[in-house]
Amino acid sequence: KLCPPWRCWEVGLRDALLSTCPKVCVVGGGPAGFYTAQHLIKVCISAINLFFLQARQDVQVDVYERLPVPFGLVRFGVAPDHPEVKNVINTFTQTAKHSRCSFYGNVNVGKDVSVAELLRSYHAVVLSYGAEGNRSVGVPGEHLSGVYSAKDFVGWYNGLPSCRELDPDLSCDTAVVLGQGNVALDVARILLSPLDILKKTDITQPALEALAASRVRSVLIVGRRGPLQVACTIKELREMVTLPGTRPEMTPSDFEGVKDALKDLPRPRKRLTELMMKTALERPGEKEQERWNSASRVWGFRFFRSPVEVLPDAEGKKVAAVRLAVNRLEGSGEGAQAVRSGDVEDVPCGLVISSIGYKSLPIDAGVPFDSRRAIVPNSMGRVQQVLGLYCSGWLKTGPTGVIATTMNNSFDTARSLMEDMDSGKLDVSAEKPGSLRIRALLEEKGVEPVVFSDWEKIDSLEVRRGEARGKPREKLLSVEEMLAVARS
Amino acid sequence: MAASAAVRTSMGLTLRLSRLIPDCSTCPFYRLKSCGNSSASLQRRGSFDSFRTTNRHLQTTIGLCREEDSSTAEDPEEVVNVVYIDRSGRRIPVKAKVGDNVLYLAHKHGIPLEGACEASLACSTCHVYVSDAHFDKLPEPEEREDDMLDMAPMLQETSRLGCQIVLTPELDGIELTLPKITRNFYVDGHVPKPH
Repeated sequence: KLCPPWRCWEVGLRDALLSTCPKVCVVGGGPAGFYTAQHLIKVCISAINLFFLQARQDVQVDVYERLPVPFGLVRFGVAPDHPEVKNVINTFTQTAKHSRCSFYGNVNVGKDVSVAELLRSYHAVVLSYGAEGNRSVGVPGEHLSGVYSAKDFVGWYNGLPSCRELDPDLSCDTAVVLGQGNVALDVARILLSPLDILKKTDITQPALEALAASRVRSVLIVGRRGPLQVACTIKELREMVTLPGTRPEMTPSDFEGVKDALKDLPRPRKRLTELMMKTALERPGEKEQERWNSASRVWGFRFFRSPVEVLPDAEGKKVAAVRLAVNRLEGSGEGAQAVRSGDVEDVPCGLVISSIGYKSLPIDAGVPFDSRRAIVPNSMGRVQQVLGLYCSGWLKTGPTGVIATTMNNSFDTARSLMEDMDSGKLDVSAEKPGSLRIRALLEEKGVEPVVFSDWEKIDSLEVRRGEARGKPREKLLSVEEMLAVARS
Repeated sequence: MAASAAVRTSMGLTLRLSRLIPDCSTCPFYRLKSCGNSSASLQRRGSFDSFRTTNRHLQTTIGLCREEDSSTAEDPEEVVNVVYIDRSGRRIPVKAKVGDNVLYLAHKHGIPLEGACEASLACSTCHVYVSDAHFDKLPEPEEREDDMLDMAPMLQETSRLGCQIVLTPELDGIELTLPKITRNFYVDGHVPKPH
């Protein structure tokens, strides 16, 4: 596992390092994959090794990604009007271009190559492929036209190839969003944002055109429990409260008892609740009152409501309303439970977007999967039933958290992996063929990976196309187009 | 002359729109008017030179608004002594200058403080704990910094975002601790039973 200097002179330093260096494969080219790779690539010299003038050998990391383009949810999940969050792409680009990192896009792990093959070719495999499924609401009418998952709606306006044909009908007056997390607020904000703002972002052109023609004027953001249990955070709430051309409409009675609970709340929850209360209960300042008076669009939280059915129109094909059961709360704080009170109310609407959570899917029969929690079972990133297998990101902990959470999570897995290399639990002394073998296997199947410099061709074309329209980029919308440019 | 000026302006706009030139409004250098990289000077130098990574080592972020890497002014009144305490508890003393930004200073000295959003107040990866004695000497955080701090795991009374701290003489001796990465991640907030 350690490369003594004298051996390096014999064999030739570069050959010694390259052929006997530990090789790690990362499955998934999103934030989790890249942060894990970044942490593994940094040179670490441990104290003991320094004494014997030996260095832990530099790790070679190969990142495999199903799409031709990297960056996962940073590209396809972060809202178009949050470009600063996407700055992290610069960090990931540096990692991808490092001499000990290789990116292989257009490779479908589980179909083009199995995890077992990867485990044979690499010293370790880290699964970071995230959560591409979504939790279903589980009510009748969920499959009517006009009902979408937030995952698909967000994928549509962000240019995810599989969501290209979504074509949501925005000709109705009212949209109901189920769920009160940050994704729900992103959806509401994109539905109600003035065109002037959206047209300068990297939102896809078809989505921009659809939103320009949209007749949606009212968005209700529905949650089972109360104001003290919302899952969104203050930055996103503030953006809704100050969204030009809109005014908030909340139900003051939903806030009974909330003021008394404030003093015991931790800071983040306290500040968030104070902002909500201010918006719902206090008279706005003069300027804000003016804005509200002239607003043509409205949004609001509807608390203590659970969907029980999506009701169809007269022809039975499209959504016409959502039936909501009224809840009351038992208990308080994070653990409060919503209990049906017996009442229901019907809310007419033409668009329902369910934003109740993403969900990971199993990739390969050889990988243990906890289908109840929808994660790969692990302890600190180690998949205990399979030596050499690790996981990071949402696949490891469940689909919640922002870039910073994923960063910590991925560094944590990388640390477990490096501990195992150092302790000998993971035997890195044997040579492994790494990408040489995998690329040969892929070639036999006619699969041609997209390397990072190919992605850079796609990137610069998107940026050039965007310039013509005053946007940061105009995304390519299909895998075929992406591959055509990559191969050009 | 007018034509070339127009080209430069539109080039600047293009680069800004395509995110190659950072949006300076959130960077404390810009607000304190001590940013060395005004967009005009970037255009004069030939903008793309600034974006090349000159450091061979793997840097964690590209610091587009990094202050000039001049040979340090030895003026003692300019010197601010800073100690970074990394995640393993190791103390790393750094001799900095008045006006240095805590995040980019960390990068310059190889301290693993991430800055994912590049000082745009859109993440909390540069979260640090400030030494008690110096915390009150910092200017109040603006609302946007507080909003992002709310997202940081293991928030404490002396938490601040490193990208918003600019060194002044009275911060001499400041100690900045990188929060430990917790090793307990469970989906539903479950706390493992000790065994």
